[in-house]
Amino acid sequence: MSPRRPLSPTATRVGPLLWTLIIVIMIVSLIPFYWLINTSFKVGGGLSSAALWPENPSVQNYIDVFRNAKFVLALRNSLVVSVATTFFALLFGATAAYALARLPLKRRGMILTLVLSVTTFPVIAIAAPMFNLWSQLGLYNTLLGLIIPKLTFTLPLAIFTLTSFFREIPTELEEAASIDGSSPARTFWQVILPLAVPGIVTTGILVFIASWNEFLLPATLTSTPDAQTIPVAIAFFTGASEFDIPTGTISAASVLVTIPLLVGVMIFQKRIVSGLTSGAVKG
Amino acid sequence: MESMTISRERELTSAAPVRHSRSVDAAARRTAFWFVAPALTLMGLVAAFPIGYAIWLSMHQYSVRVSGLSRFVGFKNYIDALASEAWWQAFGQTFTFATISVSLEVLLGVGMALLLNLAFRGRALMRSALLVPYAILTVVSAITWQAMFDPHLGLITEVLRTLGMPGGDTIWLAESGYAMAVMIMADVWKTAPFVALLVLAGLQVISSDVYEASALDGATKLQTFFFITLPLLRPAILLAAILRLLDALRVFDLPFVLTRGANGTGSMSLLAYQQLRESRLVGEGSALSILTFLTVMVVAVIYLRFAGGNLRGTTKEKI
Repeated sequence: MSPRRPLSPTATRVGPLLWTLIIVIMIVSLIPFYWLINTSFKVGGGLSSAALWPENPSVQNYIDVFRNAKFVLALRNSLVVSVATTFFALLFGATAAYALARLPLKRRGMILTLVLSVTTFPVIAIAAPMFNLWSQLGLYNTLLGLIIPKLTFTLPLAIFTLTSFFREIPTELEEAASIDGSSPARTFWQVILPLAVPGIVTTGILVFIASWNEFLLPATLTSTPDAQTIPVAIAFFTGASEFDIPTGTISAASVLVTIPLLVGVMIFQKRIVSGLTSGAVKG
Repeated sequence: MESMTISRERELTSAAPVRHSRSVDAAARRTAFWFVAPALTLMGLVAAFPIGYAIWLSMHQYSVRVSGLSRFVGFKNYIDALASEAWWQAFGQTFTFATISVSLEVLLGVGMALLLNLAFRGRALMRSALLVPYAILTVVSAITWQAMFDPHLGLITEVLRTLGMPGGDTIWLAESGYAMAVMIMADVWKTAPFVALLVLAGLQVISSDVYEASALDGATKLQTFFFITLPLLRPAILLAAILRLLDALRVFDLPFVLTRGANGTGSMSLLAYQQLRESRLVGEGSALSILTFLTVMVVAVIYLRFAGGNLRGTTKEKI
């Protein structure tokens, strides 16, 4: 599974044509984000020119972003919501995945069908009911009101990814623990879980990114900056007046929310690749 | 609590080996139940129950403006929706978007995976570059492509202008066709790398024996690709395609940020959202969201029926 395995025996020598292709692909992957960074340093008249490099680079847009209370609140909300969602998705996802992977479970097929069908669910289908229910329960426009549905929709991802990680742990460990008189639950918490930490970290990153990215739930279930998350804040970003579209500031805000994610993805890239592909294409 | 009771029970029964193993089984079954219970309860409460409620809402005339006004209207909202131009427009535009972008993503994804599977210096660098679009929020990817096509500060419009090609003076997001192209571009850019990574993982598990055998039989590179590599990649490609297709049919963020659904870039989810949130038509909006739900389900079922045999191998592994 490790992408850094010895070079494939089918490897051919890469000629100039393929090199050109490789370079084009890399440029196409990177240029759009560069363009966003470029735009974020442009101010005033610079914002109407397609210069490859900002003529008078300025950090004014970034200062404006941090002066914008809505954006700062959204950053906090996104962090709270995504951390809580990830934590509970890992907790409930890990136990469910372990039961699915290793324990004698009744109606396994039905449970898997339910989990799979949640992944095909359009979030819009529950928008109106959630809005009504949350309004009645006082959860509308609250962070808790976002965490609950986000958790539900990231659980399938957590369950599927973790199930394939648990399958890779040798069964001998459980057998040994069982002979030593450990209960299945204790075996899970004390023996299996510590061994599954790499899988849990990987799953955690995938769930965090999914939760951070998701837009429709906060767009439906929040109404004020108190509970709005980053994607909503960016999508509804307005300047001094409501009709002024502050391209520079939006670009700066977009760059700001992308950088931490980018750093995380680069640090954990091998895990993310293995997590994205785990189980999906084995055998 | 649970584990304590179970272990006490085990201590008590440990003297009798037969009963011991039976109680271990019972304990494991009970643990399994409690382990899946929280996840299943959540999915039942937050996914299954609201769908039922949404169906109920969709059968009522319901207004938020005049609170409490709600009367049963049967299938009227569905009939109205299915008779409306807006629904069929959103439906057609969603499928246009989904078909074109998913086809491009699969083609480009397979191509990039084949490249990444070659031995070359800088392969790791290329893989990192492909992860950049993955790390970017969909909303931000929309803003990025908005900037790329901006009539004044856009890179693409500038290049087209310099080369004297058509499109340089077009306000892309303001014209239908062009606006759809921007939306597809943003989606393909963000998700083709995801397809590439899935397919690459599929490529890397193909045993080298297969290639050696085909080389011994004197197969050309092209033959090897079409008769060996591609069939073996089928499950990975089909899986990537269904995951992308389901996402594309539910598309919401991209048209919302780029155009608010104007200029031929509507989507089923966006139309339902606009009815629900902007027009406050809860009954009509719910009917539209149930129709979106049914459309996605039907596509998923048809896809699984035709490609299911190939996918089953992988899903079984996965599960």
